[in-house]
Amino acid sequence: MSILMRVVEWFTNPAHWTGPDGIPIRLLQHVLLSAESVLIGALIALPIGIVLGHYGRFGTAAMNISNVGRAIPSFALLALSFQIFGLGDAPIIISLTALAIPPMVTNSYVAMREVDPDIKEAARGMGYRELAQVLRVELPLAVPLVMGGIRTSAVQVVATATLAALIAGGGFGRYIIDGLAQFDYTKLVAGAILVALLALATEAGLAGVERLLIPRGLRLLSSPATKRVTFKAA
Amino acid sequence: MGGRVFLDYVDPWINWDWLSSHVALLTTSLLAHLQLTVIAVAIGLAISLPVGVVAQRERFLRGPVLTLFGIFYTIPSIALFALLIPYTGLSTLTAEIGLVGYAVLILTRNVIVGLDAVPRDVIDAADGMGYRPFARLIWVELPLALPTIFAGIRIATVTTIGLITITAVIGQDSLGQLILTGLTDNFHTPLVVGTVLSVVLAFVADLSLALSQRLAVPWARAA
Repeated sequence: MSILMRVVEWFTNPAHWTGPDGIPIRLLQHVLLSAESVLIGALIALPIGIVLGHYGRFGTAAMNISNVGRAIPSFALLALSFQIFGLGDAPIIISLTALAIPPMVTNSYVAMREVDPDIKEAARGMGYRELAQVLRVELPLAVPLVMGGIRTSAVQVVATATLAALIAGGGFGRYIIDGLAQFDYTKLVAGAILVALLALATEAGLAGVERLLIPRGLRLLSSPATKRVTFKAA
Repeated sequence: MGGRVFLDYVDPWINWDWLSSHVALLTTSLLAHLQLTVIAVAIGLAISLPVGVVAQRERFLRGPVLTLFGIFYTIPSIALFALLIPYTGLSTLTAEIGLVGYAVLILTRNVIVGLDAVPRDVIDAADGMGYRPFARLIWVELPLALPTIFAGIRIATVTTIGLITITAVIGQDSLGQLILTGLTDNFHTPLVVGTVLSVVLAFVADLSLALSQRLAVPWARAA
């Protein structure tokens, strides 16, 4: 029987849809680990990037943090975190959060810098105070690139969370790592499909959120997709 | 932890004795890592230059090409390797297919962006001087796109060096294998050394590419 047929059979086997090693539980673990990490990362990274971008300060640092993030292998981050903090979800979330921060800082910095100075000038002329100007004028205009950073981080976190199975974590990575260890190529490929689908769904889902957040007037403009920082960690 | 025999033994972050007796292992791992990187970026560049040029010229291809590459790029490397294993095994080929693929996306995008940025006036001037389309591409447009292409090569190289550590999971020798060994043996030294060497390799590669960029395109500062 071909590998594809066996994979289809694996997916249709009800045993793989229940219990602690079933797809629903593994999905939940994968999504929870990733979501917590991206959320904590966003709470740290977005204020930094937005403030630096608004004032136009420390631009080199904001840009270079992504270069540094690219150079540190996500796998090493995960392994070191495990050696320092031991077993459990905490070391996984700590390393995934660290991974999530750089693209969000760089992208939100660029997003704020890209806001047309004339528009800021006009906002000031209309009597906006600084905070109101940031929240009601600059941020809405910065949404596409800020969301671009969140999407990049989220996809990389979902990808790297797969490797958490190497340090006894849950999630879809279990199927891949266990499949490799047991020479069970059916489980391996099934796990790979699930991970790939989850990454694509993350990207597409957040693209949908982005569309909802973009102000109506801005939707008519072409999105500056090429300005989104190139970042692949896993 | 039932069977801890060496209760008074604390694994240091660097065991210098192990290090000095494993210099050969470190060297081969570093070279294997470098080799995987060079192959991936070189083949990636050989594919992206023509693909990028064609996609930039033919407007109807650009959208589909970038979308298709974008989808491929979103797929986690470990998942891609796993999907390939039934066909290409736990091999260097499996690793390189993934690494080349990701490099191609980064590079193609920069080729397109670089060619897009060539001013219309320059193209008109080249046409007026009698350049044929292919000569214009080689002698006018590509040189002007070179800073952006170089920026892509640097990003692709550093990204590839990071991704290679993951190929340890599919049995490939690299600095990632040191990290994996450290992890499975619960032994800090190879883990720390593998990480440090990988980061150093990425920085050194990025720096030397930045320098060669300055030599190749002295008229443009690093993008």
